[in-house]
Amino acid sequence: MISPAVALLLCWMLVPLGLTLYFSFLRYNLLMPGMEQWTGWTNYYFFLTDPSFWDAIRNTLTLVIGVLIITIIGGVLLALLLDQEMWGRNIVRLLVIAPFFVMPTVSALVWKNMFMNPVNGLFAQLSGLLGLEPFDFFAHAPLSSIIAIVSWQWLPFATLILLTALQSLDREQLEASEMDGAGSINRLLFIVLPHLARAITVVILIQTIFLLSIFAEILVTTNGGPGTATTNLTFLVYAQSLLQFDVGGGSAGGVIAIVLANIVAIFLMRMIGRNLDA
Amino acid sequence: MARAVPARRKMLTTILGWGVGLTIFFPILWTFLTGFKTEAEAIASPPSFLLFDWTLSAYDAVNQRTDYLKHFWNSVVISFGSTGLGLLIAVPAAWAMAFVPAKRTKDILMWMLSTKMLPPVGVLIPIYLIFRDAGLLDTRLGLVIVLTLINLPIIVWMLFTYFREIPVDILEAARMDGAELRSEILFVLVPMAVPGIASTLLLNVILAWNEAFWTLNLTAAKAAPLTAFIASFSSPEGLFYAKLSAASTMAIAPILIVGWFSQKQLVRGLTFGAVK
Repeated sequence: MISPAVALLLCWMLVPLGLTLYFSFLRYNLLMPGMEQWTGWTNYYFFLTDPSFWDAIRNTLTLVIGVLIITIIGGVLLALLLDQEMWGRNIVRLLVIAPFFVMPTVSALVWKNMFMNPVNGLFAQLSGLLGLEPFDFFAHAPLSSIIAIVSWQWLPFATLILLTALQSLDREQLEASEMDGAGSINRLLFIVLPHLARAITVVILIQTIFLLSIFAEILVTTNGGPGTATTNLTFLVYAQSLLQFDVGGGSAGGVIAIVLANIVAIFLMRMIGRNLDA
Repeated sequence: MARAVPARRKMLTTILGWGVGLTIFFPILWTFLTGFKTEAEAIASPPSFLLFDWTLSAYDAVNQRTDYLKHFWNSVVISFGSTGLGLLIAVPAAWAMAFVPAKRTKDILMWMLSTKMLPPVGVLIPIYLIFRDAGLLDTRLGLVIVLTLINLPIIVWMLFTYFREIPVDILEAARMDGAELRSEILFVLVPMAVPGIASTLLLNVILAWNEAFWTLNLTAAKAAPLTAFIASFSSPEGLFYAKLSAASTMAIAPILIVGWFSQKQLVRGLTFGAVK
């Protein structure tokens, strides 16, 4: 009964993976069909020594780490807030999680044009009303702007998971510690945050998997530019293979991306595997 | 025992909570409102919030100049098609894992999960070339296939965590009464698991609806779903705020509503049961 699912996934994984690996050792350009040649490690050599590769690695890491920091800190604060009693809490919850359901191309375009545009964007208009110079987000801080957009999309995810974890906290333990004279900061540091540690780890690992492959947001806002300022590894491989038609080089990049993602994946799998036994 | 919260404190958290909630939601609200403005009003300074002449002209323009309905239909076919196909494959698999676990079951589950970690860009080129040669580029069938495979691990996992909570005794009783395997799954397991299957369906429709790597790379015009349709606004149409807003609202409204209904299941599905 498992076999159809296993067989399909096995094909899905092995066939393209094998082909990517194979292509990565070929000189293979889509514009020169029939000229494929075995070249050994050449593609890897060129890909790894290309300065844009290191730019892409740096951008990928900045993007992932930046978004993680913002969403984790914001998510913990929001979860603590939403855990409090308030009127209309369910509606607030709906408002907070809404960005998660907005498709990446929409959120990127709306933010880029309607908010961050230096002439007509809402931020430019507001700074105009305050008598300040409008800030050209995508010209002066392209990567930070993308980090901001992606953080907005992922904050709901972190909040929702941390809130769920928070609600499983034993209230009596909190009250007992309060009776023992623990202040609210101490309660946060020594009871709440340790309780959330597991959920935070899960958020970090799952978001990392998705953030490593950010693509649409970059495609519709900056196209990787200016220069390589917002090119991440995913976008670099896309550009190399589908814009420059260099299948060999792109495949080498793909293999490198897989290796990097696997390092993260190993940690995630351990976490979830441990949970499966519990 | 929960204690009564002082009214003053509740008032403060209410104000703070609504303030933060509305701030986070504001871009969506602003997009929704701008869709009902004229192009001139959309960029008017200072911007008007609610007091403008509400008009449907932007919606009319989007529907006249582009084929919104076609892209909407593509999104529906692709997201429901891939989820439906995924469920057909995953229900038997999850049944076997939950009720007849073998020594390897856990390994297989973990391995399925690991396929989800494969960065899509690592397999973009072979898939692109295979699709090109098979004539699947820019077809809805092609995208249904890819998205089914992408989300299959999540579907199997979610079903597995739901099935695991169903007492195995009931299935055994049905078997004792002479139910065949097929009817055991179809008439005993599935009806009991309807809530779980429904939330699996919803979450995967959402994920497929918003998927924007494969849909952008494997479609051009014919099979382009809403993600790609909106991407075509990136320039220069993106500067026509009212039209951009109208198109965006139409693209996100259906799935936002579905998402709000399935928010409880979201956590469980997205963390593969690690956080419940």
